[in-house]
Amino acid sequence: MDAPGNIERLVELMARLPGLGPRSARRAVLHMLKKRGQVMAPLAQVLAEVAASARDCAICGNIGDSDICPICRDDRRANGEICVVENVADLWAMERGGAFRGRYHVLGGTLSALDSVGPDELRIPKLMQRVGDEGAREVILALNATVDGQTTAHYIADVLGDAVRVTSLAQGVPIGGELDYLDDGTIGAALRARRGI
Amino acid sequence: MEWRDEGALLSMRRHGESAAIIEVFTKDHGRHSGVVHGGASRKMAATLQPGTQLDVTWRARLGDQLGTFAVEPLRARAVLDSRLGLTGLNAVCAMLHLCLPDREAHPALWLRTMALLDDLGSNGWGEAYLRWEMLLLEEMGFALDLTRCALTGSREDLAFVSPRTGRAVGRNAAGDWAPRLLPLPPILLGQGGASPAEMAAGLTLCAHFLNRALAGMDIHHPLPEARARLVDLLTREVASMPATGEGRLHEDGE
Repeated sequence: MDAPGNIERLVELMARLPGLGPRSARRAVLHMLKKRGQVMAPLAQVLAEVAASARDCAICGNIGDSDICPICRDDRRANGEICVVENVADLWAMERGGAFRGRYHVLGGTLSALDSVGPDELRIPKLMQRVGDEGAREVILALNATVDGQTTAHYIADVLGDAVRVTSLAQGVPIGGELDYLDDGTIGAALRARRGI
Repeated sequence: MEWRDEGALLSMRRHGESAAIIEVFTKDHGRHSGVVHGGASRKMAATLQPGTQLDVTWRARLGDQLGTFAVEPLRARAVLDSRLGLTGLNAVCAMLHLCLPDREAHPALWLRTMALLDDLGSNGWGEAYLRWEMLLLEEMGFALDLTRCALTGSREDLAFVSPRTGRAVGRNAAGDWAPRLLPLPPILLGQGGASPAEMAAGLTLCAHFLNRALAGMDIHHPLPEARARLVDLLTREVASMPATGEGRLHEDGE
């Protein structure tokens, strides 16, 4: 039997979320309905608040609840390093790692030959401006180890030229990785990037 | 329907949450697309990178359906640390995507493409790419005739190409028409080295005829941005050189 009116609408909306299909959305909605007070009401309240306040940081492109995100507001992170990432998910991944203490720049995608995504569609001009304005001493290109990601990295390195030191993340064997299960490309990259121990 | 073939991956696009639609340049079936179930998974990410050599099995109920691919990687061509290699890979994939009709075999071009991709970023790769574009033109039905002068039949001192017919013209035969003709760099005649100026002239020549060929196929789309980036990389030194007749760049299609 179909759920009534608004509940069915809620299931439809939930089913559009990544990772959820109609069945899992229905299950999640049923769970929320059972725990209206503990789960559904607070969730609805936070969703409404976030929808009203979320905005892109005017400096780095991160998503926050003000025009300037907490990372860009934090003076301790103005150490002259700008880490360039493809999207906000990558920024959050870097933050989870906790290894980087500088600031970020979110490109909003990568150059793509077949999808006709050129430099003007990305926030590359804004990056150039930031490098000059903030007096950055290093730009770290933390882009995916894919053809599109590395094409973008090379392009950015080209346009930045000698204005600033440009580095990129290492490529090779991940922690916990077993050589037997790695693809040829990763093994090749790891071998080329070998270092003395 | 089912067939098995070998080819290089040209592109991958996500299809839904876990599947991907890939385009492969195969030996016997040309440029062919199909769905790969689970193709957007992390496990498949390294396999489905442009340039990867794949063993593909295509299945569909009817021949004109999109169909599904089962893919097995044969070898990776990830040249992520080479600027020229990456730019070249993007240009080759984008050019094949734009210029070749779907599902039409081009065995000679396939062989040359595989050799070109195997050699990505190596010394002399730019010259190989230029020759590859000439073959691409030929496969599109617009082969250039650079063997003899269109006016005199002479094989000596060929210096220009007619922008209309694609035939070579001798330096003396060109006469007053020379400014209207495209310079023919000796590199396209198998002479001389691949200087940036010659590369620029050769690539400009190809761009002119590629644009004409595409227009003839009713494809009114500029040459890919990826090619423009490759041309820029291969000829960057030209900008700092004094302008000469030999190295003069034309604006056709670039």
